[in-house]
Amino acid sequence: MNKKRKRTSISGNKAMQFQLHTLMLPGTILMLVFSIVPLYGLLLAFKNYKVTEGILGVFTSPWYGFQNFKVIFGNSDFGNMLVNTLGINLIGNVINILAAITFSLLINEIARPRFKSFVQTITYMPHFISWVVFGSIVITMLNADGGFFNLLLQKLGLIKDPIVFMAQPGYFWMIAILSNLVKELGWSTILYTAAISGVDQELYEAAELDGASRIQKMTRITLPCIKGTIMIMIIFAVAGIMNNNFDQIYVLQNSFNLPRSQVIDTYIYKVGLQELQFGMAAAVNIFKSALALILLTAANFISNKLTDSGLF
Amino acid sequence: MTRIKTKKDQRFNVILTAAMVIIMVITTYPVWYCVINSLNNAEAIARYGFATFLPQEVSFESWRSVLKNPDIFRAFGITLSRTVIVTVLQTVITAMFAYGFSKRNLSGKKFYTVIGFVSMYLNGGVIAYFILFSAMHIYNTYWVYILPCLFGGFYNVIIFNTNFKAIPDSLFESARIDGASEYTVFFKIVFPLSKPVISALGIFTAVGTWNDYTQTLYYTQSADIQTLSYYMLSITKASASAAALGETMSAGASSILTTISSSASNYKTIELACMVLSALPLIIIYPFAQKFFEKGVMVGSVKG
Repeated sequence: MNKKRKRTSISGNKAMQFQLHTLMLPGTILMLVFSIVPLYGLLLAFKNYKVTEGILGVFTSPWYGFQNFKVIFGNSDFGNMLVNTLGINLIGNVINILAAITFSLLINEIARPRFKSFVQTITYMPHFISWVVFGSIVITMLNADGGFFNLLLQKLGLIKDPIVFMAQPGYFWMIAILSNLVKELGWSTILYTAAISGVDQELYEAAELDGASRIQKMTRITLPCIKGTIMIMIIFAVAGIMNNNFDQIYVLQNSFNLPRSQVIDTYIYKVGLQELQFGMAAAVNIFKSALALILLTAANFISNKLTDSGLF
Repeated sequence: MTRIKTKKDQRFNVILTAAMVIIMVITTYPVWYCVINSLNNAEAIARYGFATFLPQEVSFESWRSVLKNPDIFRAFGITLSRTVIVTVLQTVITAMFAYGFSKRNLSGKKFYTVIGFVSMYLNGGVIAYFILFSAMHIYNTYWVYILPCLFGGFYNVIIFNTNFKAIPDSLFESARIDGASEYTVFFKIVFPLSKPVISALGIFTAVGTWNDYTQTLYYTQSADIQTLSYYMLSITKASASAAALGETMSAGASSILTTISSSASNYKTIELACMVLSALPLIIIYPFAQKFFEKGVMVGSVKG
């Protein structure tokens, strides 16, 4: 009896392994072709590759050393671009994280569950609208010819002549950061809300007996309890600091605000696919990925040291 | 003491409700602004500026031009078909992979883990894809919207994995005793049992695919395979640069707008109508899909 079962399970196991591997086959092929094979792109940064050479040219084209990197770092626009990338992301992330934490604490204070879920439903909505549409709405509202903000500022008597917001580089960071805040504020509370709902209710009851106010309960109980989630969100933000939201920036970008709106991701697109300087685009990509990896490791290390909570 | 506290509490509640209402108005206002101005008369906008609360003079002119336009119609069809195909196939293929991967005794698991994590953390970059797609002859074809998007990525595998592991072993055992193959187990037991996570990830894929414009921007050139998002982008770019130049719309309008409407005055309302059209499907399904969105994020957050 025992022997028989063992035998069937071995022969059954072979058939089972085969069936499992066939189930995994389409995914495996797709991953190999569309994720693993394109890693040859990393080579391009060290090659003198020309478009006409095709896919095999990636391997046969002459080595170029760090020439591509030298050209990029020597480019006078590069510093500017780095400042834009870091500036928009740093300021934007600080504002976003603070706003999201505050907003989720406030949502948690709403007593009626139906109003609470109504607020959540409404504020999540813009997250699902594409940046093309949302960005175009922002551009329309900033229109100098009777757009919302110019009409408002004129009615309030703050300005006399309309401001051409989209054509002045000085406004770009603010536009990018605030439009992202409005679009993503609701959605970014989801993880904090989940963390808050996991806080032990007895802590609040005990605090109430001690006469704690609502604000005190928020800052002394809720905040410390969701510290882990906050740290993980900060680590993600730090790791992604070199990644701008291409979808957003590209829509809002135009030739006039370029000095403040050219970021690394849009630069890769411009150099690589518009000017077909593949080596340089690949070099920028490598520089970006390497920096992101270093930042992720550093942020994780610091978080582990300070709060005992990190990603890995 | 308690009375003072409730009074304080009441004041807090009033301020809280007011704050929530203000935040809701700010988040929904841009969409409202877009809708009312797409229904506004173009000449009224030229005279008084864009409408703030309600259209000054209701006009369906721009909507009529947009809905009559064959380019927009085609772009809508391409976007819709692409979204349906990618969502269905990607969900099935990714779930199939994840099911195999969730088996503890799977042979060659190390191989799958390595390619999975490498594909998650390393990226060949836009250029590598450009060269690959050209070599595969899918550059500038409809296939570039489908083939590269058929696998949902290893992150989704991890999410599926967590869910599949939660299915009780006894179910698999009894199916196997009945002689069911792994295919039967997957399609008849695992797939139906995982409806929540499948619908959540499916909706995310659908929204992402519907909204995506970079695939068109990077890997296509012909006008006849543009997606709706990309079509919107080119209209926006054309009118935004005109506005930034300080020109009137008629002078700066590119050919893309002249193909939709011959009367120069309503380019801006046409742009707005296109915007509403491309966001409309999402706004319509959003209330129904919302509970899945939330579930999806929760599912993602519990992954180990």
